[in-house]
Amino acid sequence: MTGRADVRPVTRGNATGRTGGTGSGRPLWTVRRRDNLVGYLLITPQLLGSVLFVLLPLGLVLWYSLHEWNVLAGTFEFVGTENYDRLLADANLREVLAGTAVFSAGLVVFNLALALLLAILLNQRLRGTTFFRTVFFSPVVVSLVAWTIVWQFLLQDDGGVNGLLGAAGVDGPNWLRGEGTAMSAVIVVQVLKNVGLNMVLFLAALQGVPAQLYEAAALDGAGAWTRFRRITVPLISPTILLTSIITVVGSLQVFAQIAVLTQGGPGMSTTVLVYYLYQQAFQFHHFGYGATLSVLLFAIVALLTVVQWRMRRKWVIDET
Amino acid sequence: MRPFGKPAAVALAALLTLTACGGANEATRAAKGPQPLRMTIWTSNEAHLKLFNEIAAEYRKTHPDIGEITFDPIPFENYTTTLTTQIAGGNAPDLAWILENSAPDFVSSGALAPLDDTLRKAEGYGFDDLTPSAVKLWQAEGKLYAYPFSTSPFGVFVNTDLLKKAGQKTPAEMIKAGTWTWEKVVAQNAAVASGTGKAGMVVRDFDYKSWDNLASVWGGWGAQAWSEDGRTCGFDSPEMVEAMTFLHRAVFTDKAFPGPGTTADFFAGDAAMTITQISRASLLQDAKFGWDLVPLPAGPKGEYSVIGQAGLGVFKKSANAAAAVDFLAFFTNPANSARLAAYFPPPRASQLTADTLAKSNPLLKPEQLQQVVIGGIEKGVVKPSHTGQAELAQTVRAALDPLWQPGADVKAVLGGVCARIQPMLGT
Repeated sequence: MTGRADVRPVTRGNATGRTGGTGSGRPLWTVRRRDNLVGYLLITPQLLGSVLFVLLPLGLVLWYSLHEWNVLAGTFEFVGTENYDRLLADANLREVLAGTAVFSAGLVVFNLALALLLAILLNQRLRGTTFFRTVFFSPVVVSLVAWTIVWQFLLQDDGGVNGLLGAAGVDGPNWLRGEGTAMSAVIVVQVLKNVGLNMVLFLAALQGVPAQLYEAAALDGAGAWTRFRRITVPLISPTILLTSIITVVGSLQVFAQIAVLTQGGPGMSTTVLVYYLYQQAFQFHHFGYGATLSVLLFAIVALLTVVQWRMRRKWVIDET
Repeated sequence: MRPFGKPAAVALAALLTLTACGGANEATRAAKGPQPLRMTIWTSNEAHLKLFNEIAAEYRKTHPDIGEITFDPIPFENYTTTLTTQIAGGNAPDLAWILENSAPDFVSSGALAPLDDTLRKAEGYGFDDLTPSAVKLWQAEGKLYAYPFSTSPFGVFVNTDLLKKAGQKTPAEMIKAGTWTWEKVVAQNAAVASGTGKAGMVVRDFDYKSWDNLASVWGGWGAQAWSEDGRTCGFDSPEMVEAMTFLHRAVFTDKAFPGPGTTADFFAGDAAMTITQISRASLLQDAKFGWDLVPLPAGPKGEYSVIGQAGLGVFKKSANAAAAVDFLAFFTNPANSARLAAYFPPPRASQLTADTLAKSNPLLKPEQLQQVVIGGIEKGVVKPSHTGQAELAQTVRAALDPLWQPGADVKAVLGGVCARIQPMLGT
C-alpha cells in the first residue's frame, strides 16, 4: 500500500519527462513498470522453482487422479471421477484414517508436552543443562532411517527394551507385533527423534518471557502453577501455535518409520495415509488412485492448517 | 502486464526447453552408433556380476553395434517396486529380472517383448531343451515373455553340529530310516531350542510377513494359497487349516521355530535348520559348523517340492528391444547357461544332471544336487503368484497377522483371509 503511494507521483513525473510520448499519451516504459520488472526478475528463480517443483506437480497429481495409469501396460486413460468414487467406497480407508488420526493426535500431544517439559527443565540455571540440551537435540540431526533401524532392533521381542524390562522383572510385550503396542511404539520412536527441535523452539520462547512478570506475579502471591498458566503459556502461545502446526503437518507425512518398523502392520493398525498411498501407487501400481489419495491428504493438511490458523485468534497472544 | 504473465511465460519456456532437450537427446542417441543396454537385477554379489560382465564382454566382441552393457543391482526387498517406479518415470531398463511373484502381472501386461522367435532362430540355442514346468509361469497365449533364468528349489540346510549337541539324529540318518517328516523335524528343532539355547527351524525371508515362503511348509499337507486357476481362495481349505494349525503349534507350543520378532541367522550358526533356496549355499563358504542340504521333510501328503523362479525379460518399449532380445539369446545360450548354473539352476533339461551341476557347485555334493535340485525341479510347485500379486500379498499379510499370536483361532483367521481376498481373486 505504502509502496504504491510513494511510486505514483514519481511515475507521473517521469511519464512526461522521459518518454517523449507514444502518441497515445500513456507511455509504455514507466519507472513503475520498470521497477515491477526488476522485482519480477528478482523473484523469478524462486517462483520458477515453486512452479516447477510445487505447483506443477500439484496440478499433475490432480490430473493423474482423474486417470487410470497402468505403468506396466503403458496405458493412461481418462476415467473421470472413478478414482474418487473408489475413495468413497474404499473399505480400508476408514481404518487408515482412524490410524492416521491416532498417530497424529498421539504424536502432537506427546511431542509438545514432552518438548515443553524438557524446555522448562533445561531453562533452569543449573549445571549440566547445556549437556542435556545437546543430548535431547542430537537425535534431530541423526539420519531418520538409521534411527528407526536401531529402534527396530531395540523393540524386537528379544531386543534391548524387553531386555531392560526383563532385568526389572517385567515381561515386556512384543512391541512391533501387537495391535495396540505397535502404534504406541511408532509414536514414541518418532517423538524421541524430533522432540529436540520443538524443545529448542520452546526454550527460545521461554527465554523471551520477561523475568519481571514472574517477579510481579510472585509478589502478588501467585504460585508456580499459576505463573506457568497465566504468564508462561500465554506468552509462548505463538510458539505453541508454530510447533503444533509443524508437528501436525509432519505427523501426516510420516512414512520411513512405518516402512521400516511395521510395514503398516500388524493387520492394518499402523497403515497411515501416506503409507497407504505409497502401497496403492508404488506397490499395487494404482497410480491414479494413489494420486487421488494424495489429493485427500492435501485437503486434510490444508484444512487442519486453516483450522489451527483461525483458532489462533482465540488463544494466541497478540492475535486479534 | 498481468501479475503472473511474465513468470508463467518464463516457466513455460523453461519447460519447453527441457522437453525439447529430451527429444533432441533421443534423436542424437539413435544416430550415435553403439547402443548401450541396461539390465536390472537383484543381486549385487561380486561373483555374479563378474560372470555377467564376462558374458557381456564376449557378446560385444561380435556385436560392435552394442555399446556398454550395464547390470544395475536393485535391493531384493524393494526390487519390483523400484523397477515399476523406473518404468513409471520413463527410465525403464532394456532388460530386467522379474521375480516369480510378479510374473503374472508382467507377463499379462503386454509390457514384455515375446522371445520365442528370436530364441528358436538363434543358432545352437536348443529352445526345446527348456523344461515345460520351468517356462509355464512365463508364458501367455503360447508365447514366452521371459526366460526362466533361475529355477531354484527350496531345501533344508541343517546345522549337523547343533543337532548332535542336542542329541538328535542327522537328517541323512533320518532320510535313510524314512523318518524325515515334519512331525519328527519339529520335535528335533524343539529339542535343539530347549537344549542348546539356539533357535530351531527358520523359514528364511518369512519373518511372519512374507507368507508366500510358507508354501515350503504347507505343500506337505497338499495345501495351496488359491486354486490352480487362481479363482478360489485356498486358505480356508481343510488341508490349509491342518497345516497352519501344525505350524502354529510348532511355533507357539513346541517353540521349534523362533517366534515373531525374534531373529536367528542359520548361516551365522544361530539356528539348527533353515528352509531356503539352494542358491544360498554360497553363504556357507566359510561356515564354522558341519552342515548338510536335504529335501523338504515329508508332510501328511508325502514328499513334495517347491521352487522359486526368476525370469529375464525385455521391455517392448525399449528403444533397443530387438538388440536386447538378441543379447538375451546369447546370455542364455547353452554354453552361458552352463556357466550361470554355478549360481542359478538352469531350466535346460540337458543341464539338469548331477554331473553338470557338480562342476559349478563345488560346495554341494552330487547326492545333494540330485535329491534337492534335480528332484526338486522335476516335481516342484512354483511359489504362489497371481495377477495383482502385490495387493493380494499385502491383504493376506494383514489378514494373517492375528494368526501369529499365542492363542489364535487358526480356522477363524484363515476364514478371514478368504473373506478378504476372495473378491480380489474373482475379478
